[in-house]
Amino acid sequence: MRSATQDGALVSLRGVRKAFGSIEVLRGVDLNVAKGQVVAIIGPSGSGKSTILRTINGLTPVDHGVITVGDITVTDPRVDKVALRHRVGMVFQQYNLFPHKTVLENVAMAPIQVLGEPRRQVEERAKDLLAGMRLPEKALSYPGELSGGQQQRVAIARALCMQPEVILFDEVTAALDPEMVKEVLSAVRKVAEDGMTCILVTHEMRFAREAANRIYFTDKGVIVEQGEPKAFFENPRDPRTIEFLDKVL
Amino acid sequence: MLEVFRQFALDLKASGINLTILYDAFDFERFVSGLMTTCALIVICTLFSILIGGAGAAVLALSRGPAAMLVRAYVALIRNTPLLVQMYFFYFAVGSLMPVGQNAIGLPVPMIGNFTWAVIALSLYAGAFNIETFRSGLGAVHNSYEEAALALGYSRFKAFRYVVVPLGLRFSFASLANNLVDLTKSTTVAYAIGVAELLYVSNQIWSDSLNTFEMMNVMLAIYLLLTGIVVWIIGRVQAAMSLPGFGAN
Repeated sequence: MRSATQDGALVSLRGVRKAFGSIEVLRGVDLNVAKGQVVAIIGPSGSGKSTILRTINGLTPVDHGVITVGDITVTDPRVDKVALRHRVGMVFQQYNLFPHKTVLENVAMAPIQVLGEPRRQVEERAKDLLAGMRLPEKALSYPGELSGGQQQRVAIARALCMQPEVILFDEVTAALDPEMVKEVLSAVRKVAEDGMTCILVTHEMRFAREAANRIYFTDKGVIVEQGEPKAFFENPRDPRTIEFLDKVL
Repeated sequence: MLEVFRQFALDLKASGINLTILYDAFDFERFVSGLMTTCALIVICTLFSILIGGAGAAVLALSRGPAAMLVRAYVALIRNTPLLVQMYFFYFAVGSLMPVGQNAIGLPVPMIGNFTWAVIALSLYAGAFNIETFRSGLGAVHNSYEEAALALGYSRFKAFRYVVVPLGLRFSFASLANNLVDLTKSTTVAYAIGVAELLYVSNQIWSDSLNTFEMMNVMLAIYLLLTGIVVWIIGRVQAAMSLPGFGAN
C-alpha cells in the first residue's frame, strides 16, 4: 500500500547534519531501517543518539540531509506532520504522560482528537493495548498514581494506539528504578516481537544485544560502527567502539 | 427575627455603638444597595479580567508578532500606572469623547455610565495582572508535555489547547487568588467616579449619622469577609482540579 524507498528501507537518513548554535550534534548521519527491523543505537552521552531519533519524527529539524519514512520526506518543509506522526510513534525517557488525563484517555486521546477516529473503536483498542501491557485495571487511574514502570508501559500503549509503522524508544528505562527496568524492557521486547519496526536508543547493552537485529554505535555526531549484535559485541573493530564497550560491559 | 436585630442594635446604640444600618430602614437599604453594587463589580470584573487574562496569555504563548507586542504594551501600561489615574482617565478623558444622549426632558445623559466605566477600568486593570499570572502558569508547564503531544500528531495550537492550558491553569491558582483579592479591594476606587458602591454609601451614612468609627469597622469586616469568600471559592476550584502526583498543588 505504501511505497518504500528504492533500497527497501522504511526509515532512511542520508547525510543528516544538525548544529545547536555552534555545537555540531550530528555531523553526517546515514541510517537505514527496514520494515520489521529492530535497531539499537548506542554510544556515549552527548554523541547525538537522542537527536537522531528526534529528527526522524521531525521534533528536531535538521540543517542538512534527507530523512524519509516510507513515502514521507520528513525534511521537506511542507511535510504533513499529522501523517508523519501517525506513522512514527515515540516513547520518551520521562514517559511524558498527560497528568490531567486518565490512563485510558492518555492512550486514546490522540487517535480521537488528531486522527478523528470514532471514540468507541479507539477506546476498545486502547483497552486491549492496556491489557497487553498487563495494566487493564489501571485504565481509570491517573498517571500520578502509577509507578514509573507502569507509566512507561502506558506510554508504550499510547504510542501503539496511533497504529504507527515504527516506534522510536528514547532511553525508555533511563529514569526507572532497577527493578522496573525489566518489566519495561519485556514490554518493549513484546512490541518488537509482534513485528513493529523499532528504533531504540538505550544504555542497556544486554537488552540491545538480545532484542535488536542491528546495532549502530555513535560517537561525536557520526555513526562509527554498525553490525549484527553478535559480531558487534564480540568483535568490535573501531577503537572508539572497543573503548566504549570496555567501559560499559 | 428582624425585630430582635433591631432591638439589639438599639441597645448597642444606648451603650454608645451606633449602627444605624441595623435599625434605620433608610440606612439599611442604602447599605444593602451599596453592598450589591460592590458584589456586582467583583463578579462582573472577575469574569472579564479572567477572559482578558486568558486571551492575553494565549496571544503571548502562541504569537511572536505585533499582537504579542500589543499585549505586552498593555500589561506594562496598566501595571505601572495607578488604578485611580486609570479610572479617571477612562471616566474623564475617554468618557468626554463618547457620544452623549438625551433624556426625556432634554438633559444630556452619557451613553456609558460611571458603573460601566468602573467595570471597564477594573477589568482591564485586573486583566493585565491575570495575563501575567496565566503566562507564568503556562511557562511553568515543562515543555516535555507539549513535545509528547506534538509527537502524537497534535498541532502546536491543539497541544496548547488540550495539554498546556489544562496544566498551566493548575499552576496559576495561587497567583490568581492574589489578583482577585486585589480586585475585590480595588472596587472601592470606583467611589472616585461616583459609583454608589459600599464605600460610597458608607460615607453617606457616616456623614448623616456621624458614626464614622462604627462604619469603618463595618467596612473592614465586610471586605475581610468578601476577600475570604473569593479565596475560599478559588481554593474549592483548585481542590476540584488537583491531580495525583502533579506538582502544582
